[in-house]
Amino acid sequence: MIEDTLAADSRKPFLQVKDLHVHFPTDDGLVKAVDGIDFTLERGQTVGIVGESGSGKSVASLAILGLHRRSKAKLSGQILLEGEDLLTVSDQRIRSLRGSQMAMVFQDPLSALHPYYTIGNQIVEAFRIHNDVSKDVARKRAIEMLERVGIPNPNRRVDQYPHEFSGGMRQRAMIAMALVNDPKLLIADEPTTALDVTVQAQILELMKDLQKEFGSAIIIITHDLGVVADVADDILVMYGGRCVEKGSVDEVFYTPQHPYTWGLLASMPRLDRVRTDRLDPIPGNPPSLINLPSGCAFNPRCAHRSEVSGDRCKIEMPELLETSPDRSARCHIDPLRRSEIYALNAGQKQ
Amino acid sequence: MSTAADKTVDRPAPRKHPETLLRVTDLRKHFPQKKPGIIARADAPVKAVDGISFEIGRGETVGLVGESGCGKSTAGRTLLRLLEPTSGTIEFAGQDVTHVGGGELRRLRRGMQMIFQDPYGSLNPRHTVGKIIAAPYAIQGITPEGGVRTAVQELMERVGLNPEHYNRYPHEFSGGQRQRIGVARAIALKPQLIVCDEPVSALDVSIQAQVINLLEDIQDEQKLAYMFVAHDLSVVRHISDRVIVMYLGKVMEVADRDTLYEAPLHPYTHALLSAVPVPDPRRAAERERILLFGDLPSPQHPPSGCVFRTRCPKAQEVCAVEMPVPVEIVPGHQVACHFPEKRTVV
Repeated sequence: MIEDTLAADSRKPFLQVKDLHVHFPTDDGLVKAVDGIDFTLERGQTVGIVGESGSGKSVASLAILGLHRRSKAKLSGQILLEGEDLLTVSDQRIRSLRGSQMAMVFQDPLSALHPYYTIGNQIVEAFRIHNDVSKDVARKRAIEMLERVGIPNPNRRVDQYPHEFSGGMRQRAMIAMALVNDPKLLIADEPTTALDVTVQAQILELMKDLQKEFGSAIIIITHDLGVVADVADDILVMYGGRCVEKGSVDEVFYTPQHPYTWGLLASMPRLDRVRTDRLDPIPGNPPSLINLPSGCAFNPRCAHRSEVSGDRCKIEMPELLETSPDRSARCHIDPLRRSEIYALNAGQKQ
Repeated sequence: MSTAADKTVDRPAPRKHPETLLRVTDLRKHFPQKKPGIIARADAPVKAVDGISFEIGRGETVGLVGESGCGKSTAGRTLLRLLEPTSGTIEFAGQDVTHVGGGELRRLRRGMQMIFQDPYGSLNPRHTVGKIIAAPYAIQGITPEGGVRTAVQELMERVGLNPEHYNRYPHEFSGGQRQRIGVARAIALKPQLIVCDEPVSALDVSIQAQVINLLEDIQDEQKLAYMFVAHDLSVVRHISDRVIVMYLGKVMEVADRDTLYEAPLHPYTHALLSAVPVPDPRRAAERERILLFGDLPSPQHPPSGCVFRTRCPKAQEVCAVEMPVPVEIVPGHQVACHFPEKRTVV
């Protein structure tokens, strides 16, 4: 019996998000910040969630950590962490999971760290909440973690305040704090957006090294396609609170399936390519989450609407359909036709 | 092959510019500091810009890149005379403008304008868009042909805004539209030079391309020059004719765009370019990344000799003693390093 359940457990994905919705009722109307996303993540794997501001990517990650106030946000669906549904467990249980099993690295380390407490104190606190150890032991652990994330002189640095650290060092300290309890799941929300490229490269290398060492699962949320290409195994492209395309990093970059992904890739200036004369921007603006366009949320900005007969894009929301295992896109255009269009356009660009 | 229309891929020789619009010579901007405590004592100044020289030709786009704190924004603001230079000279259209003041400075601003990074902070929230875009006319005491309102509405149309939104306030516009308002204000006086300080870094990827295209179209129409201050090296590669790389207040390398990206000589340029993630997973896995250690040193107490030596993988003893002087290795390609080396990193 026990062996049976164990075997079943090991076949279960480490993290499984099923049909997650996060809605905020406001005076102006219902904000559907996340409106149905699904993905799975195994240990040692990295999934990148990509999207523009207001696409719901941060809201989704906060939901996984249970950081939405239940009185303000309406959550539905399932978030299964090793089979345990985080949306139905008690606040107490999620508090004990948060920090020990799953942790978060925020975009802006200066506002995520407390300015009144030393870096050491903050790491010690995070450690002692989940471990019954003395302050001395916890302090040793804090120094060890600071050293592990590449902070020079950790013995001295541990007693300094956040303002005494540079931007890159603060982000390292944040990572040290997130990893102090060896969490199995690390969520990094734009972890390098506030940093310079040379420091960004250091932090991304550090995250990859630590993942190899601790085997953690990582969710990285970013608007920078270069960053996901570098660190992610799978990608989820979000638009207007929904996932519009999902697949492995190679699939999404080399054979993107959704017109929005095409638009994103075509509108970016490239470091590694000589310019074409003009960039191809996506016309218009990202939609408001209170007042999403009817049908496909991307339809007002889509250059390929005419591929679909009638007003179907305006009327009917396309389903997120699997085209091959673990590969899906949300678009009315026939998948074969989409491949043709992409091949045609990509051919013109080269 | 060497005209302004030359934007083709294979450009062997650097572009010749018939006329220099702006010449900056040994420009310095130091910010005095006070030591902490109740007794006022002067501390070492922050050397934000410490002796930079460069030129911008008419109709040219010069990219100015570097990490935060390297002095690129200060350089942009100082050459517009928004900050008083500590020393050095600025010549604009043949005239020494380093110390002009009063009415003369105001007239100078007709020739040079600025677009700011933050489309939220750079527009007065209590003024209508019409008033914001007309501000240059009001300040200069100019009444454009056909009246201010017509001129402003033409400008709005030119930058892709609906002229009927003349009486709206900035908060009614999205980030990309606000940046268009900033562009309209900057081109109102038909300047010859616009300093763009990180004009697209606050915008979403899909909106960035719209604003970049707008800036390029306006340049083609009005033949104006841009100083494009940015930390995003991909955007700079796209828009610039020449690129200046700064580090800790000093110029490390200057070259035309293709040379800088394809055959950079300075170890800092190598590290900077190799650190930029490319949106191509296979290439990302293959690329060699030159990781720099540590952070930018304090511009208040820069290292002796070459300012980059504390993070440079090639630093030797001489680097701590002697500041390398910028040398023009081939015409148009200038590098300040004791051990320059051609390397492909992109």
